[in-house]
Amino acid sequence: MEVPILKQGAVLIATFQAALSDADLNQLRMGLVQQVVKFRSRAVIVDVTAMDVMDSFASRTLREIAHMIRLRGADTVIVGIQPEVAFAMVQLGLTLEGVATALDLEEGLAYLSEKFKTTS
Amino acid sequence: MAKRNETSRETMTLNNQAPELARSEAPSELLRELVAHLRQNRTQLREEWVVRISETRLLTAMTKEEIFAEATSVYDSYVEALETEAFEALQAYARNLSERIIPRGVETHEVVGIVLLLRDVLARSLFAKYQTDFKKLNRILDAYEPAANRIANTVAVGFVQERERVIRQQQEAIRELSTPVLQVRERLLILPIIGVIDPQRARQLTEQLLRGIRTNRAKVVVIDITGVAAMDVTVANHLVQTVEASRLLGATVIVTGLSPEIAQTLVTIGVDLGKMNTVGDLQGGIEQAERLLGYKVESLAEPR
Repeated sequence: MEVPILKQGAVLIATFQAALSDADLNQLRMGLVQQVVKFRSRAVIVDVTAMDVMDSFASRTLREIAHMIRLRGADTVIVGIQPEVAFAMVQLGLTLEGVATALDLEEGLAYLSEKFKTTS
Repeated sequence: MAKRNETSRETMTLNNQAPELARSEAPSELLRELVAHLRQNRTQLREEWVVRISETRLLTAMTKEEIFAEATSVYDSYVEALETEAFEALQAYARNLSERIIPRGVETHEVVGIVLLLRDVLARSLFAKYQTDFKKLNRILDAYEPAANRIANTVAVGFVQERERVIRQQQEAIRELSTPVLQVRERLLILPIIGVIDPQRARQLTEQLLRGIRTNRAKVVVIDITGVAAMDVTVANHLVQTVEASRLLGATVIVTGLSPEIAQTLVTIGVDLGKMNTVGDLQGGIEQAERLLGYKVESLAEPR
């Protein structure tokens, strides 16, 4: 299932609908990295609220997305990680270092607007 | 219990079935004779026992009068248990004794020791009484020994059971002192941890905290571990994982009140200090949290 990417002002929002296959994740990565420059977006929010399992591939892909988007000149925030998922990830050593995280979409947007204020 | 009594009587009968001993008395009669003897010489035997107790330096935490009072009731329950072969009363007494004297610092070995002493004192008196009639002495001892051993066993088990019950109760009480996740300000939670953290409690803490972050939409959490004296490597790792998991939920964790021992443990496991945000005490932690959240606390009164 493909992940829809929505444009909201200067932010791109990708919302995971359910568990994704590895191919879907790769596709999402390419889509985001291309569109972030195409729309001149300043940030990307990836919403994973619907994911109740996060395997190592998904976690690594999220980190790669964040780092690639950084290289393309924008920020990334991962939002909506479930408490159980968060602890399972940490136990597996998947801590998404260097990637901003927020509680949910609202928090993610608040974090970004704060950041835009200080950087612009 | 009735059944157990039966089996004990059976073993006694077996013990008495040495063929060369022509028996005139049934074991119960022997026991009755024994009990009568113990009743008759109660004062003297009890005195002797108390003397032996103080000689062996048992029950040093208790005064002479207390030892004498306890000795009297133990002696009477002992004789009664021999007579009736009902051990419940003695067991209840052992529990009660345990409850009363454990807080005074009386150890298990002392309680077992005094019961064994009493057994020996009584056996000696039997030797003295039947020294002329060896066969009878044998039969009396056959009746006496299993019962005496069972009494010693019962008292020891009762004592230890009571002790274990208290320990269990305390453990439950500690566990039930559940760790509250409290909101001090909008988006600021504190989690004061007091007492010993075992892996089970650590897991419970983490679950509560992560859920608390979600329901209170917290941005900053102060975990105060002033009340935790030490933690082992597993729990320390768990703490680090909790901090990281909270970050994945978008919350910053400030850990306050680390004792030198815990700091040592964290350094030993090689914690990444870039991930751990630590402040000396709870006040400092809350102040830093307020700064992170953009609060500014001012005193209303003019400084004098």
